[in-house]
Amino acid sequence: MRPGAIHTRSLRKSYQGMRAVCGISLNVEAGEMFGFLGPNGAGKSTMISMLSTLLRPSGGRALVAGIDVRDDPKEVRRRIGLVFQEPTVDADLTVRENLAFHATLYGLGKHDARRRVAEAADLVGLTGRGDTLVRTLSDSMRRLLEIARGLLHEPGVLFLDEPTVGLDPQARAEIWEHLRELRHRRAITVFLNTHHLEEAEYCDHIAMVDRGRVVADDSPAALKRLIGTDRIHLRTGDDQAAAATLSDYLGLASAWGPDGLYVQVTDAATAIPWVCTVLRVPVHSIEVRRPSLDEVFLRYTGRTLDGVARPGVWP
Amino acid sequence: MTVDVRPSLWSRLLRRLWWETRAAHVVWQRELLHYVRNPARLIMTLAQPVVYLLVLGTGLGAMLPGGDGYLTYLFPGVLLMTVQAPAIAIGASVAVDREAGFLREMLVAPVHRVSLLAGRCAGASTVATCQGTLVLGLAGLARIPYAPELMLALVAEMALIAFAMTAFVALLAVVISPTPTFHAALGCALTPLVFLSGALFPIAGLPGWLTALMVANPLTYVIDLLRRTIAPYLVRPEPAAVHSPVLMELAVTAGVGLLSLLLAARRLSRPH
Repeated sequence: MRPGAIHTRSLRKSYQGMRAVCGISLNVEAGEMFGFLGPNGAGKSTMISMLSTLLRPSGGRALVAGIDVRDDPKEVRRRIGLVFQEPTVDADLTVRENLAFHATLYGLGKHDARRRVAEAADLVGLTGRGDTLVRTLSDSMRRLLEIARGLLHEPGVLFLDEPTVGLDPQARAEIWEHLRELRHRRAITVFLNTHHLEEAEYCDHIAMVDRGRVVADDSPAALKRLIGTDRIHLRTGDDQAAAATLSDYLGLASAWGPDGLYVQVTDAATAIPWVCTVLRVPVHSIEVRRPSLDEVFLRYTGRTLDGVARPGVWP
Repeated sequence: MTVDVRPSLWSRLLRRLWWETRAAHVVWQRELLHYVRNPARLIMTLAQPVVYLLVLGTGLGAMLPGGDGYLTYLFPGVLLMTVQAPAIAIGASVAVDREAGFLREMLVAPVHRVSLLAGRCAGASTVATCQGTLVLGLAGLARIPYAPELMLALVAEMALIAFAMTAFVALLAVVISPTPTFHAALGCALTPLVFLSGALFPIAGLPGWLTALMVANPLTYVIDLLRRTIAPYLVRPEPAAVHSPVLMELAVTAGVGLLSLLLAARRLSRPH
């Protein structure tokens, strides 16, 4: 096994009878940007806590960077970097003091520490802010500082638990710019928890998780290929009649939910004129949906990532 | 043929120890930085015992027959309060760090929890000893002579007491959650402990159940320790509250501190 990889086999965790993670098996290759995508409460943070040895699994196995998290948690901790969902920098210390503190805890020598603190600060664009009190940094800079701190001891795996939660879109874009830069400069495995679809799009490999189970596991492109086609969402005066017409005249299968009619087509742009021509009922709105990860999630769980149920859409 | 180039057990052990010491050192440094960066806190924690000495000491002393002796009586209590303030603040900062998430950052680091807690207690001990030394400057007001051996002994005792108290408060902070419950428990326990320690008034001749509480109260031994250290230097020595050997009192203080430290570390290192 290569040093940065993560493998889990039927990993489980229960809290007082509540099952947070119910048997997850994952293979994350070394050097991958892996996205663990799911709604809040799906078990993502529990998963990271187990892989980073902060929580003991209730069952199953997990190898991180080649080491079993139960056998040698200390060695695992030495090889991973961890950025928590909630901020964990010391606001009363400066940027450099925060980084130096971490470097010492990870056993870096003084000389080594000074060089790596400068490197890490540079990597996330905090050069020249070494003496700034963290209290006075913006939210995105604090997040970047945490990422820099997670990288200080040059771990093989970096865990990011919702790194952009609570940030505005501009700050989010900034964080991502630095994450891409990081991947460009260092061979590192990134394990990313997120509930943002657009963040999952940046990953090489994603696993969709819902209620403690993995429902889909592949590259974003491959997952979207599963959906394959465009979908047209129609609102009409009489959905049932419209569905019958589409089936009779155009041979299109459709499904209807509480908010209208869904029709699968290979190319929405050419299909819409035909649909409008044959329909004899009033059409209130037409919306095109391209294959997206949200659609994939919807297909496997019957819900969108933000938790809106759409029963009956995927028969 | 392969040659075993692994370092010997001894050199690995030494390196490990050096690493742990440096980790404790950096935690100690962080506590000092927090204190230095927050002068308002520094002044307030220092003001409280001085106010006690001046207001309670002179006020209550005036009501007592032969009242000028009360300042002398109160002085060990004032030293305890001086030490107690930073010990509690820093011990309780385990709870603050837990709220702020910084505790997790420390816990995920590959160092022993004992080093992290020891660094914190040493930080508190340093701050407390510095403040205690300043308050010792007022010993003259309480008619306690500035004998160098006495001053040195008191400083060393204050360092030990602060270390033990910080460890004890940190243990409470680790065991009692959520944080508001911890603070309530601390406030609730502290006042009776101070009152029953003999810091403010002699506790000889209390009813039986209160005597039992007094004997069980670790602060009783701490106060008695300070009082007995001072006693030989006084013109008019006063009776001590409990009569246990000074060495035993030192051992109890150190033991409570060490035990708290180990228990707190154990509790912290256990993954849930």
